[in-house]
Amino acid sequence: MRVHAVSEQAVQVEFGRDIDEALIPVIARAVEAIRAELGSVIIDLIPSYTTLLCFYDYNQVDSQWMVREITRILSAIDAGGTGSIGGRLVEIPVWYDLSVGYDLDALAQQKSLSITEIIELHSAREYQVFAIGFNPGFGFLGALDERIATPRHSTPRRQVQQGSVGIADAQTAVYPMASPGGWNIIGRTPRVMFDPSGRSGQAALLSVGDRVRFIPISRSEFIEQGGQPDA
Amino acid sequence: MPELVVLHPGWQSTIQDTGRSGYFRQGLSEGGALDEHAFRWANKLLDNEPNAACIEILLGKFEAEFTANAMIAVTGADITVTMNGQVLSHWSSHCVQRGDVIRFGQARSGLRTYLGIAGGWQTPRQFGSRTVVMRENLGGLDGGPLKQGDRLAFKAGESPARRAVPEALRPEYQTPLTVKVMPGYQYEHFGVIARRTFETAEYIVSNDINRMGYKLNGPAVAADARKLASEGIAYGAIQIPPDGQPIVLLKDRQTIGGYPKIGCVASLDCARLSQRSPGSPIRFEFTDVDQIQAERRLFDRFFNHSQWVDDERQIVWP
Repeated sequence: MRVHAVSEQAVQVEFGRDIDEALIPVIARAVEAIRAELGSVIIDLIPSYTTLLCFYDYNQVDSQWMVREITRILSAIDAGGTGSIGGRLVEIPVWYDLSVGYDLDALAQQKSLSITEIIELHSAREYQVFAIGFNPGFGFLGALDERIATPRHSTPRRQVQQGSVGIADAQTAVYPMASPGGWNIIGRTPRVMFDPSGRSGQAALLSVGDRVRFIPISRSEFIEQGGQPDA
Repeated sequence: MPELVVLHPGWQSTIQDTGRSGYFRQGLSEGGALDEHAFRWANKLLDNEPNAACIEILLGKFEAEFTANAMIAVTGADITVTMNGQVLSHWSSHCVQRGDVIRFGQARSGLRTYLGIAGGWQTPRQFGSRTVVMRENLGGLDGGPLKQGDRLAFKAGESPARRAVPEALRPEYQTPLTVKVMPGYQYEHFGVIARRTFETAEYIVSNDINRMGYKLNGPAVAADARKLASEGIAYGAIQIPPDGQPIVLLKDRQTIGGYPKIGCVASLDCARLSQRSPGSPIRFEFTDVDQIQAERRLFDRFFNHSQWVDDERQIVWP
């Protein structure tokens, strides 16, 4: 583990070099402990695959103090054992269909699988939220069954619709809002992944450390739950 | 409610304050005025709260009409600004009357001009800020830049005295810029030659610049080839993509990213960089974080605690 200053506003903790599901609960515990002990100087925390970036108020404390305190807090957690933080389980209904899953057919052919098999493989697992980013509320979920893992398109689509469910390498994600994107799209969810009204502090459905399960639904269920098929 | 009616929005004029704080974890950009120095002065001239919203006008050509009397301030990029055809002095506050029309010419030096108003522009807050982040469609009146016919509300009230920023404190945006960099992130994974190239070469601001970041052109910095998991990105982070051309990430940057980073530019130098136009020379200089924090604290103290005195054209700092 390495703790170092990256800017006048932030200190970074590196927990490892390689993406590893086992790091998620470790980083989640670090987030909790740092918030609990340094809440008055912490401005924000960005947990990601192998790192935690801590933004703090440099008008209250300096960089060396932050590095020292975070190192102290993390060594106390290490000593404290292995209690795991489960995160919430979030269920995301998905209408897997050729009309909204633009790459479903190509993926099936490429992987020599039926569309039903792809749907089964994608919805069979519980995924971990490794990181939030790219767009507000965009959660990077893993790890995918390697039988359906596939690289991004070399040329991104100019527009991917809101709620689109995609695959890139061994990860899967939902596009919370329409945006350009290079992921392989296999379906669409009616669930709101990001609520920009900003009335509640938590606008993103997912947080790092949550677990996600995709539930296949029919076209009529999709429409009933407010989903928007293509015109 | 008194309003400013936009007659011509210019190339890109957006509402900006100090940005969103505390929403990185949900994937929201911070946004906020790019040139914090000029932005803070606009509010200081008006005795506004430090984070009152201003209009950030890129390159000028903005025109608008006031529906009520007000006090405004103009700072930042050097532009001819007129009120009903009369030239207004730059880095100063001015009284305006109902029906007055303000026009911005074209920037001669610098890129971004700030138009502040006493009390700040009263657009709705989203996630604690009025800042527009266009990519996220958040902030301002509709998540985008101002359009013709937009009406920006402001508060009627007692006008503060007319003021000007002391000449000696007005920056020059055309001088060659050396930005201070704190080594960090993957700094140690870059080779000796790569670091040396980065620190000694002259880079040129490319045409590929926006509120998310500045791409610079110059001698390639040999990139760290190891695969990197996406990680949180601090303000000013310098990405070195495979082509070796540095990208300095600014206020509208994404919250996480997977390119190797050689360090971070000091926030006050990011502000200076954001006024440099394509073709401007830029150099990097490594400095330690303590010095940069000390400079930033002085800046914050000045803008948060200094006060105007007697003749209203001087400023003292307790």
